[in-house]
Amino acid sequence: MFTYTIRRSLLAVPTLLLISLIIFLLLDLAPSDPTANLPLTIPPEVREQIRQSLGLGDPIHIRYLLWCKQFFINEPLNILEDMFGWQIGGDRLRVLSWQTRSPVVDLIVQRLPQTLWVVGLSYILGILIAVPIGVISAYRQYSWFDQIGTFISMVGFSVPTFFTGVLLIVIFSVWLGWFPSIYDTTHQVTDWSSFMVQVKQMIMPVSVLALYNASQISRFMRASMLDNLTQDYVRTARAKGLREQVVVLVHVLRNSLIPVITVIALGVPQVFGGAIITEQVFKVNGLGQLLIIAIQGGDVPVVQTLTFIFAVLIVLFNLIADILYGVLDPRIRYD
Amino acid sequence: MKFKTLALAAMLSVAFTPGTLAERGSSGHVNIIYWQAPSTLNPYLSGGTKELEAASLVLEPLARYDETGSMVPWLAESVPTVENGGVSEDLTSITWKLKPNLKWSDGSDVTSTDVVFTWTYCTHPDGGCAQNEKYNDVKNVEALDDLTVKVIFGVPKPFPYGPFVGAQAPILQAKQFAECMGEKAPECTEANFGPVGTGPFMVKEFRPNDVISFEANQNYRDAAKPAFATATLKGGGDAAAAGRSVLETGEFDYAWNLQLAPDVIKAMEAKGKGKVVAAFGTLVERIIINFTDPDPALGAERATAKHPHPILTDVNVRKALSMAIDRNLLVEIGYGTTGRPTCNVLPAPAIYRSSANDACLTQDIEGAKKLLEDAGWKPGGDGVRVKDGKRLTLLYQTSTNAVRQDFQALIKQWWKEIGVETELRNIDASVFFGSDPGSPDTFQKFFADVEMYANNFDGTDPEAYMSNWSCKQAPRPETQWQGNNMARYCSQEYDGLVAEMASTGDINERARLAKAMNDKLMQDYVILPLVDRGRVSAHSNTLGGVVLNTWDSELWNAADWYREK
Repeated sequence: MFTYTIRRSLLAVPTLLLISLIIFLLLDLAPSDPTANLPLTIPPEVREQIRQSLGLGDPIHIRYLLWCKQFFINEPLNILEDMFGWQIGGDRLRVLSWQTRSPVVDLIVQRLPQTLWVVGLSYILGILIAVPIGVISAYRQYSWFDQIGTFISMVGFSVPTFFTGVLLIVIFSVWLGWFPSIYDTTHQVTDWSSFMVQVKQMIMPVSVLALYNASQISRFMRASMLDNLTQDYVRTARAKGLREQVVVLVHVLRNSLIPVITVIALGVPQVFGGAIITEQVFKVNGLGQLLIIAIQGGDVPVVQTLTFIFAVLIVLFNLIADILYGVLDPRIRYD
Repeated sequence: MKFKTLALAAMLSVAFTPGTLAERGSSGHVNIIYWQAPSTLNPYLSGGTKELEAASLVLEPLARYDETGSMVPWLAESVPTVENGGVSEDLTSITWKLKPNLKWSDGSDVTSTDVVFTWTYCTHPDGGCAQNEKYNDVKNVEALDDLTVKVIFGVPKPFPYGPFVGAQAPILQAKQFAECMGEKAPECTEANFGPVGTGPFMVKEFRPNDVISFEANQNYRDAAKPAFATATLKGGGDAAAAGRSVLETGEFDYAWNLQLAPDVIKAMEAKGKGKVVAAFGTLVERIIINFTDPDPALGAERATAKHPHPILTDVNVRKALSMAIDRNLLVEIGYGTTGRPTCNVLPAPAIYRSSANDACLTQDIEGAKKLLEDAGWKPGGDGVRVKDGKRLTLLYQTSTNAVRQDFQALIKQWWKEIGVETELRNIDASVFFGSDPGSPDTFQKFFADVEMYANNFDGTDPEAYMSNWSCKQAPRPETQWQGNNMARYCSQEYDGLVAEMASTGDINERARLAKAMNDKLMQDYVILPLVDRGRVSAHSNTLGGVVLNTWDSELWNAADWYREK
């Protein structure tokens, strides 16, 4: 198991380097221009100067290697300096965003809290809702609970968040006036009343995303439970005279969770990716919004860095999912 | 009672010197929403409107434009002219005098050194300054004394108000940006995100592409202003959500640039929480005619002057295309009260507006048919007109945008009625307006027969704008496809007018020339103007003092804003 983990981790390095190169080439070949969104009153010569000052005049391999150096060497050194207060070397050029002209990593750090609070919470909430619903739906297959559960998850899965989000805003912000329609990212939680303000502004985005996540996971949970409920070992457990509660919640649930946990682990990188649409609808301005603005503005360093970080997370959580699989199911051994 | 005093103070303060009735910070907090989020607060590093406007709360120019398009002194005592001796007789220099006792928000004095520094900062060759054009032809900027600055031009400048005028060219503090010259410019994150300014507000916290928190500048030159102690400028989302937050939920006080369908905005305003304000500038939605042949078979010589367009070089065809368009209907569908039909590419300021082309306001399908018929274009079996084996079939491109696609569909229908076949194409705005010479889909390359977009010019002087259609401005391979004359129109007469304007100082004479150029373009049907597009914003019923200005930043008079009780 240990050697397997080591082997997989080592294999991840060339994979990620290749991914970073592919992302870079894709972005470079795409016809986008960081000066495209500027007003037409800015003349072409000035645009050309702006592009030169962004380093676009250099050949492609130089720009790629520069990014690699900035991202893999300069940024980690900077993090070390910040963490331990060391002074390593002199001035280092960090990965700079073309739109804001500020370090990309700082932007990401600034955006992370909003995204983790809203998207992360909705993911956890989604899981907490999905698991019991999946279990009951499967145990009482085709009962009214199962039918309603199936209906709701179909709705949650198929109605897009830009519809449910705006619907909630119209009902709860415009008609009822209960919750704000615009998320305040500068809000600080210091006491009970400010905590309630935070809760109020999070309710709508979190519930929209939680509904979506819950409906996805509850379907997996239900299917997995149904598979296990008809297995021989369940009949054996019942024949041994175990209580129904123990049979379902200990034996069946544990075994059915194995594939579900894989699905959940593979979904975690999406949390960091933010929820582009939901963040835009509620103006949460987290990582998803950062990415979409960067794409629209042709801000290659931000897009490159963000997508690469997502790639790292996806590779990492794939590995974690595989290892968890082995831990949960002793029959699976990789060595 | 309180409202009356405040309103009175606001009115007085516009007309007279500092109002003594209001008090700085007495109105509390104001919330502003821009659905495009500002990325930086240094307008020299980003030419985007959102950045310019956000920065205009902090940074100020020597003079700026008011809501009527007239120039008003801002940090300067007065606007220099030839009459008052501020502009030299030979039009090669202009001398500005700063108001006395101006302070930066950090308490230090504003001096002519800061003005000179701003020029050196923006014109540094490695800086990539987005407002470089404002300092075109400037040979030197000298500080004559602490408060006097002389700008010397290399050529006579009939309109010397480029440098240091308007939201595009505000004054930076020399002390703060001294270490940020050239290549170092983007590395000064702290300064770029929190410039020290002279404006009514100073930056408390800047979160790029998200939100900016401001507080009142304690050193602002008018002790009674701003009325607001703090301000928030939130960015992101979309125009509909921004409009909703002001007009329907009342969470925000001011929403910028609401490009929404007329019925949508009307329904929002009906909720009664706020008002919609509109003003017109120089932004014209237009169709550009390609005078060169974009046929892919021509390879590298595609869309260049070597190959004139097979059908669009016939002026009758261009005229018929214009006659077939119902501009009133386009306005009604696309813009409502925020648009006006126009027959000029130069619709404002009033002294430059020609009335010679107003016939285009009435659609004339029959007239267009007759014109084509007389010119020898006869309908073929499928209804498309043909002459000498050439079919009237056009590729019509524009950027992806709901209103533009509606316009395309309508115009296609009208052109079909007169026997012109149209193929529609829309391209993502970031590609269409991008100037990547490698991309075949840019509006400069114009690999289509006609294309539609909107354009305007900064400030009120149309000289640079009208020179866009001179022969040498045509995008072509030799210029890496850069240039503003998308039509590739080339006329000796027009170029003559451009040259004449460049050496004419008298305002009335300049107006005559600008009108003549506009009429030449219109009567040659180089450009088919469609809609004069206004700017629409919204403010809540409790926000007073808003004066919408399309000639400068919308937040230009935020110092005068106050809370109505």
